[in-house]
Amino acid sequence: MSTSAPVAERPAKPENNKPRRQTSFNEGTGRLAAMLLSPTLIVLVLVVVYPILSALRESLYQSGQRVDADGFIVQGSEFVGLDNFAAIFQGETADRFWNAFYNTTFFTVTCVVLETLLGVAMALVMHKAFKGRGIVRASILVPWAIPTVVSALLWKWIFQADGIANAILGTQVLWSTEGWQSVLSVIIADTWKTAPFIGLLVLAGLQTIPDEVYEAAKVDGANPWQTFTRITLPLVKPALLVAVLFRILDTLRIFDLPFVLVGPNKSSVETLSILAYLEANQTRYGPAAAYATLLFVYVALVAYMFVKVLGADVIGEARAKTPKNNKKSGGRRDNKLEPGAAAGAATGSVTAGGGGV
Amino acid sequence: MRFERSHTRRAVALTAVGSLVLLVSACGGGDDGSSGSGSGSSGGALEGRGPITFATGKDTSGNLTNQVAAWNSQHPEEKVTVSELPESADQQRAQMIQNAQIKSDAFSVLNLDVVWTAEFAANRWVTQLPEDQFPDLGKLLPSTVDTAKYRDKLYAVPVTSDGGLLYYRKDLLDKAGVQPPKTWAEMKAACDKVKALPEAKSMSCYAGQYEKYEGLTVNFSEAVNGAGGVVVGDDGKPNVDTPEALEGLNFLVNGFKTGEIPKAAITYQEEPGRRAFQEGSLIFHRNWPYVYALASKTDGSSKIAGKFAVAPLPGLKGPGVSTLGGHNYAISEFAKNKATAADFIKFMSSEERQKANIEKTSQAPTWASLYEDATLNKQFPYLAPLKASIETAKSRPKVVKYGDVTTAIQEAAYGALSGTTPPKDALSQLQTKLSTLITQ
Repeated sequence: MSTSAPVAERPAKPENNKPRRQTSFNEGTGRLAAMLLSPTLIVLVLVVVYPILSALRESLYQSGQRVDADGFIVQGSEFVGLDNFAAIFQGETADRFWNAFYNTTFFTVTCVVLETLLGVAMALVMHKAFKGRGIVRASILVPWAIPTVVSALLWKWIFQADGIANAILGTQVLWSTEGWQSVLSVIIADTWKTAPFIGLLVLAGLQTIPDEVYEAAKVDGANPWQTFTRITLPLVKPALLVAVLFRILDTLRIFDLPFVLVGPNKSSVETLSILAYLEANQTRYGPAAAYATLLFVYVALVAYMFVKVLGADVIGEARAKTPKNNKKSGGRRDNKLEPGAAAGAATGSVTAGGGGV
Repeated sequence: MRFERSHTRRAVALTAVGSLVLLVSACGGGDDGSSGSGSGSSGGALEGRGPITFATGKDTSGNLTNQVAAWNSQHPEEKVTVSELPESADQQRAQMIQNAQIKSDAFSVLNLDVVWTAEFAANRWVTQLPEDQFPDLGKLLPSTVDTAKYRDKLYAVPVTSDGGLLYYRKDLLDKAGVQPPKTWAEMKAACDKVKALPEAKSMSCYAGQYEKYEGLTVNFSEAVNGAGGVVVGDDGKPNVDTPEALEGLNFLVNGFKTGEIPKAAITYQEEPGRRAFQEGSLIFHRNWPYVYALASKTDGSSKIAGKFAVAPLPGLKGPGVSTLGGHNYAISEFAKNKATAADFIKFMSSEERQKANIEKTSQAPTWASLYEDATLNKQFPYLAPLKASIETAKSRPKVVKYGDVTTAIQEAAYGALSGTTPPKDALSQLQTKLSTLITQ
């Protein structure tokens, strides 16, 4: 943003009127705001905080695991402390857990990198003015509009032994068997589905960049690559970071694609969400909640790191610039809001992940 | 301004309170539903008459409405409402379990897969049925009644059954001059002869279902049982690390090694396998009776209509052993009107209803004499081999933690079939695993 003086100047104009109006608002607004927000807060507590706490509590209990002499399950749940967590890190379960942990991380890194590259490319194409742009935009967005499970079934059909993929490649790859091929099929399907998401958000970012900046670059004799790296990327970065953050949080919870496309109990593509699901499916809710909690902590940690490392950068950039440009108005808050919003979005996604599993 | 603000505030407060009331009442409603049925868990006694609900998986045959309508017209005071659950067995089970865990009376009669009996019985989610109240049990195939029992007590009544069949290309076998095989060795020999024919050159010999899912448990158990071994013995103890079981597993492992079973079969569930057989790329195929109708279709979807026939599964030294499928009807422990529920189950398992059902859906009945019915045999030529298959069929392990057991079996079988674990090791690992899972 520092490259573009005009950008910073434009929003600065209306601010001259702002401070006065704000002070007149101050009396009682805080309380009114609290009142207005309370329904939202209550709903959030009910649908976000309560499930998380309840899952945490559940992870400390076990039920229905013992059979009495007559062959009946002993009723009631018993408090087992951290046993459910300890069990995850012991023996075979530990291998399985770390394998799932590795898969989850691997999918996240690989898919998000691919999706970012493709998504940015898609956005650049969608942004260009050319004939039939509407059709291209619509067709790029189609995969994103398809529910994940449906797209998983679609790709499963493509990757069947006698499916289209093998027919086109002229080979007999058994995609759903253990090994690199199943991993690849999940990566392909995930990238296909969600690269448009990044494309969409980046396109929104691109559309906020004024044409004058590019004209100025042209006048200065910048080549396309320089224009891209020095103007487009920095200006689109806030939007891109939010998109990437969303994708990271989403991919860390990846479940439907490997589960439907490849199948359960395949160690090559088993993720943490799948482990939690399988435990819950065997009515072992305590261990399932323990897995979900670990995943929650992992996702929260990654989100925090992401916002801290990359988000802090955004703040730094904004701060370094704001005093120079907007000294009079005491610094604009808008820039600061961006990482804040990202963090908010992160928590939202994370809790959805923790609660949803 | 002041007035307006307080006005707004009141509105906000009202909205907040309103939303809270809504939420609370929503939660309260749930509580009412579950606590109301708490008293119904007396168990054993089948009392109370009135409307009931029948929870069953998605009715793909389209005939269930007729069956239930037949009951409803005779019992206007005790109407049955069908509650259709998803098509996937896993999700049916999950919904039934959730329903049982909140002790809801929303489901009265449950349509249980045969392998769920132990889990539902041990958790007291279904009512134990007094055998003397179901006098027709003796007329059902004994192997199917056995699937409805847990620790020698009856918890359900079998209504449909299922057994594996060997589909074979009759045209090719006739041309090569071979009889349908009774043993694996005969099947191999028949394959060699058929493959000598020019039109069968590119065909594969045999395939079942070997993807890592319930079907693999079924096929693995059939191989082990067909060679005289067991996965879990009659005493309820796992005994799979035996030479017999190894021979059974080796039949499949060697099949993959020599190419008699196509490599792609490791990804086969019922449908891909059926397609391969219908495309004409398999000489022998193990599948369920439902394939018969589909493979006989003359609308062009099947290339082998009229060119195939069925036989009982082959084994190592004689006829093979199928794994038993099918569905049993049970009464939810938390249901109201259990007397009606019991009558409904008797009605649905009666000879008349089962006959009406097979005529429309080709689902295998449990009523033994129906297999002798001349008209039915004409309509469904596979009934005789199917009866043989079901009569000698073995149940999958009757264990409370069936989900863990079947996962362990799949893990071992899949490792052996895909060549990552030597068969001997796979079996000994499975034995260890099953011993920890099954402690009776």
